[in-house]
Amino acid sequence: MEKSPAQKKIEEKFPDAVLDAHVQHGDETLIIRKDAILDVARLLKEDPELQFNFLMDLTAVDYMGRNPRFEIVYLFVSLPNNTRLRVKIQSDDLYPNVKSLTPLWKTANFLERECYDLYGIRFEGHPNLTRIMLYEGFEGHPLRKDYPKKKRQPLIGPGAKSTQAH
Amino acid sequence: METKTKTPPEEQFFFTTDEPEFKTKEMLLNMGPSHPAMHGIVKIAVKLQGELVMDADVEIGYLHRAMEKSCEDCTWNQATIYTDRLNYVSPIINNVGYAMAVEKLLGIEVPPRGQYLRTILSELSRIADHMTCIGAAAMEMGAMTVFLYMMKGREYHYELFEDYCGARVTTNATRVGGMPADLPDGWIDKMHRALKESRKILKEIDGLLTCNRIFYDRIKGVGVMKADDAIDYGFTGPCLRAAGVEYDVRKNFPYLVYDQADWSMVVGTEGDNFDRYLVRMEEMEQSARICEQLAGKIPDGPHSVSDKHIMLPDKKNTYGNIEGLMNHFKLIMHGHGIRVPVGEAYQAVEAGNGELGFYVVAHPIEGEEKDGCASRPWRVRCRPPCLHLVAGIPHMIKGDMVADVIPTFGSINMIGGELDR
Repeated sequence: MEKSPAQKKIEEKFPDAVLDAHVQHGDETLIIRKDAILDVARLLKEDPELQFNFLMDLTAVDYMGRNPRFEIVYLFVSLPNNTRLRVKIQSDDLYPNVKSLTPLWKTANFLERECYDLYGIRFEGHPNLTRIMLYEGFEGHPLRKDYPKKKRQPLIGPGAKSTQAH
Repeated sequence: METKTKTPPEEQFFFTTDEPEFKTKEMLLNMGPSHPAMHGIVKIAVKLQGELVMDADVEIGYLHRAMEKSCEDCTWNQATIYTDRLNYVSPIINNVGYAMAVEKLLGIEVPPRGQYLRTILSELSRIADHMTCIGAAAMEMGAMTVFLYMMKGREYHYELFEDYCGARVTTNATRVGGMPADLPDGWIDKMHRALKESRKILKEIDGLLTCNRIFYDRIKGVGVMKADDAIDYGFTGPCLRAAGVEYDVRKNFPYLVYDQADWSMVVGTEGDNFDRYLVRMEEMEQSARICEQLAGKIPDGPHSVSDKHIMLPDKKNTYGNIEGLMNHFKLIMHGHGIRVPVGEAYQAVEAGNGELGFYVVAHPIEGEEKDGCASRPWRVRCRPPCLHLVAGIPHMIKGDMVADVIPTFGSINMIGGELDR
């Protein structure tokens, strides 16, 4: 399928950063280098033609057993142009370090906290990178594929750690 | 009995000008996690100077029950059990969104009759959703009557769902590839009656609230979220449209058969609580219009795809002949079921609160892989509209009075099931 204007423009401006550009099931996707995400996002947001002014979603996927293991997925929407663009970055680190998008969008704050909480991905430059769904002191990151589904870590009640009672 | 006519001197009632100013100290107040004037479990910590909110912080996660992790452990159709419980006031919209994401991966399209059913049921859910939101928000401000009227109106819609699929709240009423059943006899007439009754109730509510001095003064100009900030915070749905931004997934990225009906997107101007209330009220009318128009045009034919690898056979065939029985078991047995080709897809629908997106990934699972297909989802990501709205609460309530937190919180319609997943 033919590449969209946004994919072409990013490839033009960041020839070294783009690893792959394709369209799958009608969803335009870009895979870029990890360290280029902030620059690419800034261009997407501020370019007068592209105008991807909306950060719709930010999440991660754990492809355990594959190299690279983690994929961080960004979904941008351009309200003026009515287009969507999915940008992905990949990392094989156990705790990937990614630049935060909080300088560009306030909504990145909660989304990145959730991603950190459930996947253990560190976002550099995030103002308050703490757990959001789970409590402080929770061990591990439950959406990772190596986190056992049946593992329980109650904060109170039977089975709770005695150290947390204080 | 002797009546007292004597009035005390004036200075006993009023502060005199030479009195020193009333000194206040900054105070931290935790509203929630379980607060009598708010629905849902969420903690808002507000810093108060007198009654003025100086700063606020939101703490969420009290209803986190690992919906996304659970979805990875069940078959493609079983995940609707979990999506039902996201926004539990309008579960059909969630199920439709999830089913459409998986259908996108499979590369199939539901027959027109199924699409009409999905659209009508989604719009009825939206009316129920908005009714709950306005009813609860008004109740928290003291208007108990509005809540009771709205619950009565919602009940008409729940009865329709019950007639269709047997459940009122957790409907589980979609399948990957179509719908579980056709409409029962007389359902369309009942729907028209229900819409007529809801309109009557909405007219009453409109008379009770819209021009009510107390209600108006309480919510006008409060909880303001301007268009730029709303986009910055990722607002979608009625809260974004109330700020004047024209974005509705049904119009901007049309899906199902919304283009077959004549309806308009409702847009506000100010982005305050009053505009959010008005947008929701008008959206219910638009949803009713969509239902009425589409109900007259439902085409004949199957409501689901006929592919035996995707849809369960009719019960008549399951119990009546061996092919039907085998089809049934091949889809139900562990390790069998729908096989989805490896890939990823994002599908968004307009839920009651805004864009509800499902990002679904099919990836070969070790030991279960066959021909590059997956029998279970590798990852189901739900893009909850509520999370973004709740993240914007501190911005909306800063500078308002502490009493304004309640209507602001009510107007964004936080649903815990969807917020914390």
